[in-house]
Amino acid sequence: MIEALFIYLATVCVICAVLTVSLRQPVYNVLALLTMFFHVAGLYVLLNAEFLAVVQIIVYAGAILVLYLFVLMLLNVRTQSRHLHRQWPFAVLILGSVTAMLVGALQDGTWGVASGEYTAAAIQEIGNTQAIGLRLYTDYLLPFEVASLVLLVAMIGAIVLTKKGLIDDHIKE
Amino acid sequence: MREFFVTTEFVPTDYLPVLIFFLIAGGFGFVTMIAGRFVRPQVSYREKLLPYECGAPPISDARQPFPMRYYIIAMLFVLFDIEAVFMYPWAVVFNQIGLYGLVEMLLFITILVIGYVYAWGKGALEWD
Repeated sequence: MIEALFIYLATVCVICAVLTVSLRQPVYNVLALLTMFFHVAGLYVLLNAEFLAVVQIIVYAGAILVLYLFVLMLLNVRTQSRHLHRQWPFAVLILGSVTAMLVGALQDGTWGVASGEYTAAAIQEIGNTQAIGLRLYTDYLLPFEVASLVLLVAMIGAIVLTKKGLIDDHIKE
Repeated sequence: MREFFVTTEFVPTDYLPVLIFFLIAGGFGFVTMIAGRFVRPQVSYREKLLPYECGAPPISDARQPFPMRYYIIAMLFVLFDIEAVFMYPWAVVFNQIGLYGLVEMLLFITILVIGYVYAWGKGALEWD
């Protein structure tokens, strides 16, 4: 049952990822990406990472996708963007090297051996979100506060860029 | 193949209702579309195939660049959405970390409020 679900989710993820970069209509690309985000969330559920699955849907499927849609609308992308597909030799090169790297890493026998305090049984005991909370707000306090600074920088950066009207001017040209 | 499934001993059975829900929802959409294909009359003319715009005839292509202010609102939404995501794990363990947790979350929110005040002061939340 788990195997069947995993194979379904992984297959749809791969198909949607390919569709995201190969379809001609920009809106279809975004829809394929949305389908992929949901299936990745399903994979997280299979791995008992419930919090990550919900975050995947809230942040990626909810917010990041909206951002992509707006970029799409701002840049006024037309359907016939054939020139984008001329980059495929580079894509094949990068994909090939990353695949080779992953296959090489998987040859190592240590794959899938969980170690450390938070084993699957321990997380089942205290709860997925609680385990993240206990770690994040005690041992990883500094990265958590730095995250707020990163968000602040992104916020100010977005306002500075848009208020100068850089992209508006660019479209008018 | 076995070693890829790291946590096979903990099958997330709590999510079985979610799976069934998705199957019913997807199946309903699929079945109604197939059924509609057989039932509906197959008459098409130009007006019927136009995009539906609440009765008004469409005047141009729908794919037009949107004003910049939509983007800034979307960007701010993403950032505050991520801020909210950090609050879920904090809220569930609040009883265990207590005052320490409250102070660090206040610091986190204060830093983001600076951004909010900046956005407000710069007029990024204004609609014109």
